[in-house]
Amino acid sequence: MQLFPCPFCGPRDETEFHYGGDAGNVRPDGADVPIDRWAGYLYLRGNPKGTAREIWVHMNCGEFFVMERDTITHKVLSSAALGGEHTA
Amino acid sequence: MTASRLATGGSAIDRSRPVRFSFDGATVLGFAGDTIASALLANDVAVVGRSFKYHRPRGVWGAGVEEPNALVDVGGPQATPNTRATTEPARDGLVAKSVNATPNALADRNAFLDRFSRFIPAAFYYKTFMWPDWHMFEPRIRAMAGLGKVDTDWTSPGTADQINHHCDVLVVGAGPAGLAAAKLAAGAGLSVTLVDDQQKPGGSLGHRAGEIDGKPAAIWVEETVAELSAGGHLILPATTAFGIYDHNLVGLNQRHFDGRRDTLWRVRPRQTVLATGAIERPLPFANNDLPGILSADAALAYLRRHAVLVGRRIVVATNNDSAYEVAGTLAEAGADVTLVDIRRDGMPDAPAKVPLVKGRALSAAKGRLRVEGVTLDDGTKLDADCVLVSGGWTPTIHLFGQAKGKLSWSEASAAFVPGDPVDGIAVAGAAAGAVSLSEVFAGSKKAVASLGETKATLPRSTGPEATSGIAAAWPVPGSKGRIWIDYQNDVTVKDVELAARENFVSVEHLKRYTTLGMATDQGKTSNLPGLALMAGITGRTVPEVGTTTYRPPFTPVPLASFAGARVGELMAPVRRLPLENVHRDSGAVFQEYGGWLRPAHYGGRDADADRVIQDEALRARRSVALFDGSTLGKIEVIGPKAAEFVNFLYYNTMSTLKPGRCRYGFMLSENGVVFDDGVLVRLDEHRFVVSCSSSHVAAVHARLEEWRQDRFGREAVYIHNATSDMATLTVSGPNARKLLETLDLGLSLDDAYLPHMAIGHGRYGGDAVRIARVSFTGDRSYEISIRADRAEPLWAHLRQAGQAFDAVLIGLEALMILRAEKGFIVIGKDTDGTTLPHDLGSEGPRSKRQSEYVGRRSLFTEEASRGNRLQLVGLTVPQGEAPLPTGAHGIKRADGRLHSQGFVTSSYQSPTLGRPIALGLIERGATRHGETIEIQHLGKVRTAKISAPCAFDLAGERLHA
Repeated sequence: MQLFPCPFCGPRDETEFHYGGDAGNVRPDGADVPIDRWAGYLYLRGNPKGTAREIWVHMNCGEFFVMERDTITHKVLSSAALGGEHTA
Repeated sequence: MTASRLATGGSAIDRSRPVRFSFDGATVLGFAGDTIASALLANDVAVVGRSFKYHRPRGVWGAGVEEPNALVDVGGPQATPNTRATTEPARDGLVAKSVNATPNALADRNAFLDRFSRFIPAAFYYKTFMWPDWHMFEPRIRAMAGLGKVDTDWTSPGTADQINHHCDVLVVGAGPAGLAAAKLAAGAGLSVTLVDDQQKPGGSLGHRAGEIDGKPAAIWVEETVAELSAGGHLILPATTAFGIYDHNLVGLNQRHFDGRRDTLWRVRPRQTVLATGAIERPLPFANNDLPGILSADAALAYLRRHAVLVGRRIVVATNNDSAYEVAGTLAEAGADVTLVDIRRDGMPDAPAKVPLVKGRALSAAKGRLRVEGVTLDDGTKLDADCVLVSGGWTPTIHLFGQAKGKLSWSEASAAFVPGDPVDGIAVAGAAAGAVSLSEVFAGSKKAVASLGETKATLPRSTGPEATSGIAAAWPVPGSKGRIWIDYQNDVTVKDVELAARENFVSVEHLKRYTTLGMATDQGKTSNLPGLALMAGITGRTVPEVGTTTYRPPFTPVPLASFAGARVGELMAPVRRLPLENVHRDSGAVFQEYGGWLRPAHYGGRDADADRVIQDEALRARRSVALFDGSTLGKIEVIGPKAAEFVNFLYYNTMSTLKPGRCRYGFMLSENGVVFDDGVLVRLDEHRFVVSCSSSHVAAVHARLEEWRQDRFGREAVYIHNATSDMATLTVSGPNARKLLETLDLGLSLDDAYLPHMAIGHGRYGGDAVRIARVSFTGDRSYEISIRADRAEPLWAHLRQAGQAFDAVLIGLEALMILRAEKGFIVIGKDTDGTTLPHDLGSEGPRSKRQSEYVGRRSLFTEEASRGNRLQLVGLTVPQGEAPLPTGAHGIKRADGRLHSQGFVTSSYQSPTLGRPIALGLIERGATRHGETIEIQHLGKVRTAKISAPCAFDLAGERLHA
C-alpha cells in the first residue's frame, strides 16, 4: 500500500486516491482541432519508465493535485496543488 | 520411532493443565503449551498425513512455520484447513484431521499410488490427459491429489478486527536479535512494536543453550520483555508479519485462541528490523521423507520445550556444528545417539556418550510407515527409530525479498543472505547469517544504529558460543533412489532432473513445471536445495540460478483477516432513504438501485410482484401517484462563473436558462459518449442545481470538481453536493395539482406562475420547500424538496390528502414502466459506452452550438458521423405477444449469416396501453420508423415494428393537463 501525500491532508493510503491522467495534457478547444491532436489528448499516454508527473485526486477531500513519482521504485518525489499553492 | 514424553521438564508445557483433543478420530492427550505436533509425538503418532501426490506416509518434520508435512484440517467454529500442527496449540475439544488421507493417515486407501510413482513424474497429468480434454479428468485427479479440504458449509463465527498502527520501529521476531534490537531502539526513546509468531518470546533461546549478561538465556528473555512492556512498547505474540508491501507497509496477522477471529494489523513503521531467524534444511538421501525423520533443531525444541524425546535409537546426520548440541542433549536425556557428519575434520568434539562417524553421509533410509534404519554412503547399515538431520540453515529473508531487497550468496553459510540495504528495513540475527550470540547482538546494534543514540546497553553473550562450520551437502544429479526435495509438493531429485532435461532451467520455470516451492509452505525447507540441484545439473553456481520472487504471504493468512468487517451487508453498504422506515411500514419491497436501497413496489412478493407493479403504474396514470425521489442528484454550482461553467459541462446550451427555470440536458464524456442526463435548475443568476441520475451523483460531482479545479479555478465556482441534505417527494398524475392544493405550501400553483419546467419556493410547516415542475412520467408532476429530517410529516400529509384522490404509492419498477411509455431513457440502460447524443435524437447542439463544451470535438469524427449508427427507437410487437426480452438482438440476414443490428434496452408490459412496449438501439433506427425487423433471443426469432421511442401521449398534453 503506497502512501501518497495529499497537499491538503498529508500522507494517506493510495486507496483514497484516483488517478487523473498525465500532468500537462492540455485540452485543445474547438470543433476543428486536428483529429490527431484530439486523439492524443484523449488516448495517448506517456507511460514513462522512471519519473512521471501525474494528476491525482484525493477522493476524501476532493482536491486534484500534481504528483511526481518514480514508476519503478514507487518513490514519491513531490506533490503540489494544481495552482502550486500547497506542497507536500 | 518410539517417541515419548519424559517425566520431567518442558519449559512450554503446564503439566497441571491436561488437554484432550481428537486426531483422525482418536483421542490425544497433551498439556497446555503443547502444539498438536508435540502432543502427537508425545503419544508416538508417527504418521500424521499423506503426501500431496503419491500419498506417501508423512510425519512431523519441524517445530515451527517451516513444517511441510504435518498439516491438519482443524474443524469446529475456528475451522481452518491445512493448519500446521507444529504451530497450532493443542486445546480441549479441538478436532484435527490429517490431510489427503482416506479414511485416515495410517490406512490411506490411495497409498497404492506411490507404487506407480515411476509413471507419474512432474507434468505427467498435463502431458497424458490432453485428449480429448483435460477438464474431463481434472475433477478425479484433483480429488486424489491435494491437501486439506474446505468445509463449504462452514460460516464464520464473527468478523476479524483490522487495526492500523504506527510506530517508530517494528521488530519482527522476538529471538535474541529482535529482543536486543527492540531494547536498543527503546533506549533511544523510540516507540517499538515487537511481534513474534510464537506464543512465547525468545525464539531459538527457548531451546538453544546460551548465557546473556551472565544470566541463563530464559531469564534474560523474561527481563527484556518485562522491561519493554514497562516502557509502554507493544509486544504481540502469536502474530506473524506475513508481508511487506509498497512503501514498507507491514501486514501482521494476530491469532487469539479464545474464539475471536484473527486480527489484521497494517503497520507503518519508520524503521523495520527483520530478526526472523533461519530455517533448518533437510539432507538429501533416498526415502528422506519417511516419518521419524525430523529436523535436528526441531527434536531439540520438542525435548526442551515439551519434554518429548523423539526416539530411542537416534541417528543424527549433519553437515554443520549446530546438530552437536542436539546430539549431546538427546543422549543426556537417555537416547542412544549416533552422530554422522559429512565432514572429515574441523568439526567440534563429539558430545559425551555419542559415537561420531566422520566423513560419511546418509545414502538411504529404510522403513515403511516409519523409519527403521539408515544406510551410510559406505554401505554401513545403522538401526534407528528416528533420524535427525541438519543440512544447514536458510536465513528467513522472505520479508526482505518482498521489500525488493537484493540477496547475496554467502559461501561461508551456504545460503543467500540480505545484500544491499533497503531504505527503512534492516536485517539482524540469523536472518542476516549470524551464528553466535555475539554476532547476533552486533547485528542488532547495527540494525538500529541509524536511529540515534541509545541509553540501553548492548547485551553480551557470556556463555559458550555457537559455531557453524558448514560443508555444503546439496542434492546431486544422478543419485540413486527417490530423494525428496520438496516434501509438501512431492518433488524429488528426478523431477528436477526431468525439468532440466526439458529445458525448464530458469528458476521460475523450474518452480512452475515441478511445483517446487509452491503449496502452503512455499518451499521454506526445499527452495534452496532445489536451486542448488538445478545449479549442479546445469553447471551453474547457486547465485547464477537465483531465487524465485518472494511474495506475500509468508504463511497462509485467513481470508477473513483480509475481509475484516467488509462482509455481508457491509461488503458494499447501501445508501438509505430518510423515509426508509416509513416505506417499510407501507409494505415496500426494497431493492438496490445504483447503490441506493429503494422501494421497488409496495406490497406483493414473488409472483404477485408483477401484478402489484402493473397496478401501481395503471393507477398512477389514472389519478395521482406519490413517489420518493430523494436519491435524485442535487449538486449546487455557485459562483461568478457558474453559468459559464454549466454551459461548458452540458451538451445543451445552459447559459440562456432563466432564473427560476429548468432545462433537460446531457453531460458527455470527452469522447462524446452520453455520460448522464438530467435537469439543470437555475435558482438565480449565479446559482444552479445539477439534478443528475441517482446512481451518478458521486461521479458527476467528481467530474464537476475536476473541471472546476482544472479549468475554471477555485474562485470561479463553488460546488456543493446537497443530494442527501434534502428529500424529494414527487407528486405525479392528472390530479397532482389538485392534491397539492389541499396542502398549504405558501405559493401559487397556478400554471401561469409555476408552468412545466419552472421552480417555485414555498414553505411547509416552517421549512422552506422547493417545488420543481419536472416530469419523468409524462404526467403533470411536482418534485417537492424539503430538509431530509423534516420530510416525514410532509409525506404523511401527502398520503393522507391523497386518499380523496385514490393516490397510489409507486416504487421504482412502476416508474420505469411510466418513463418507458414516454420513451424517456435511463443512461447506462438505454445507452451504452458508444452512445452519442445525436444517437438519442438530440442533434441541435451538435449542429448549432458555437461555444465550447465537454466532448464537443468527438462529435465530429468519422465514427460520430457514421451513417449506420445505433439509434434510439421504440419497438412494438405484434398484437397478443409477450414483451421482448431485454438484451434481445435485432438481426439482419446477409451472406447466409445473421448479423446484429442493435438490441432491446428496455422492455415492459404497459398496463395503460394494454400491450408490451420496448426501447432499443437499432442501426439507423431513427430513419426506419414503421419498418418491421427480426429480433432474436436465445435462438428464438420474433418480429417487431420500429417506431418513435414515445408510445404514450405523443403530443405531451398530459404535462399540462
